[in-house]
Amino acid sequence: MKYIEEFQDPALARRLLDDIHATVTRPWALMEVCGGQTHTIIRHGIDQLLPEQVELIHGPGCPVCVTPLEVIDKALEIASRPDVIFCSFGDMLRVPGTGRDLFQVRSEGGDVRVVYSPLDALRIAQENPGRQVVFFGIGFETTAPPNAMTVHQAKKLGIPNFSLLVSHVRVPPAIEAIMQSPSCRVQGFLAAGHVCSVMGVREYPELAARHRVPIVVTGFEPLDILEGVRRAVRQLERGEHTVDNAYARAVRPEGNPAALAMLEDVFEVTDRAWRGIGVIPDSGWRLSERYRDFDAEHRFSVTGINTREPAECRSGEVLQGLLKPHECEAFGRLCTPRSPLGATMVSSEGACAAYYLYRRLELGTVPAAKTAPTPVSAPLEASPVV
Amino acid sequence: MCLAVPGRVLDIGEKDGTRMATVDFGGVQKEVCLEYLPDLQVGEYAIVHVGFALQRLDEESAKQTLELFAQLGMLQEEFGDPWEQAAAVGGDPWPFADDPDPDPDPGAGRPAPALAAPQEEGRP
Ligand code: SF4
Repeated sequence: MKYIEEFQDPALARRLLDDIHATVTRPWALMEVCGGQTHTIIRHGIDQLLPEQVELIHGPGCPVCVTPLEVIDKALEIASRPDVIFCSFGDMLRVPGTGRDLFQVRSEGGDVRVVYSPLDALRIAQENPGRQVVFFGIGFETTAPPNAMTVHQAKKLGIPNFSLLVSHVRVPPAIEAIMQSPSCRVQGFLAAGHVCSVMGVREYPELAARHRVPIVVTGFEPLDILEGVRRAVRQLERGEHTVDNAYARAVRPEGNPAALAMLEDVFEVTDRAWRGIGVIPDSGWRLSERYRDFDAEHRFSVTGINTREPAECRSGEVLQGLLKPHECEAFGRLCTPRSPLGATMVSSEGACAAYYLYRRLELGTVPAAKTAPTPVSAPLEASPVV
Repeated sequence: MCLAVPGRVLDIGEKDGTRMATVDFGGVQKEVCLEYLPDLQVGEYAIVHVGFALQRLDEESAKQTLELFAQLGMLQEEFGDPWEQAAAVGGDPWPFADDPDPDPDPGAGRPAPALAAPQEEGRP
């Protein structure tokens, strides 16, 4: 259990909470879209500090978690090729494909490199003209503009040995899909702040009006979440359903025009499969025709991929807010960060990981002594060599 | 990866025809592309995601966020060694024979990777 004293400004947190408690008269279910917000909520016990009537449902906003198994398997296959340097963000190293992950590919001799920025991958391509350099381009609207700029640069500078394995996803179609699901209980959304830093809020008013749900643009610090919940609850109690920006310090209504222009140039909207959920129409980006030469799927004909999703994993339901992670049978038993069945257990923004890290003892799901992962500083000989 | 971190612009230059800056994130410095915030100036703060400045931020909010991230070990998660972190998550030893273990005892003297840190709670 967490305490309000742990908040950066406990007095302000208390005021926000008091206001929420005073406003609520009926039960409401809000979905926080962003996985970073989920971690803040669970880490600080915000769900436990809120009135019982306010339920927070975790949304699909973790790009690492929703990258389809097939794309992970393609990445693993490309990364295993001797002529390839495969570059990725660190979050993808442990995401399970069919039977293995990028970490394993590297220990088997694959040249997998972790970069901080996609531009680092481009530099590696410039430095290694004799080899193919592939960057794993995943992420929501926050990550897509950097990747778009990198491809644009590759074209401009004429770097022929660089390509992007693209699996970008877009938030508004996911909100639409969630609202259309017959089992949907969501009555209001906390929209992902940094996605809106890029995109602005122009996609939301229509969604809010059509589905009659308040959409509150929210940051991911503890006080941001409380403020987002406060504004959403206030709207719900008054029967309103508008778009409200509670993260104005980082979100301009028009977003970032330069980034939007680059997105439009480099990518085009396409249907995308979300891991565990299935295909959502118009929910992703692929490289536009002008940049097709830089598409890794095009360049490496990756065929014969046989994906195998573990039958026990219910991350699709977790990602749609239909199931809380600890309600999954495998949680903490068959599935731990050390041997994850789904990406939601390893990603630093995954809901299953959040529950495992901060709640598993409290939930009594897991006998601590047996399943606590080896601490980083544990003696190396204690674990078998991979 | 989804985390965007506020940072302060230290200096601005140009590389391959692109406006670039050195940005300080509470002690860690990185090269950052300014093409999406072309009028950002030295001394200003911005939200930076995977090496790109995406939106201006006022100094006070930036400092507060950085302080909070440092407390929560999130800067370590963002800028620390990802292979170490991945090994820690999986409970694996350092498996890369061609590479020396960058730090055989990463727990000593600095914060452990953020994913491993909360697991302390689970131990007696
Ligand atoms: S606990 Fe593991 S198996 Fe269950 S839904 Fe989460 S990732 Fe899948």
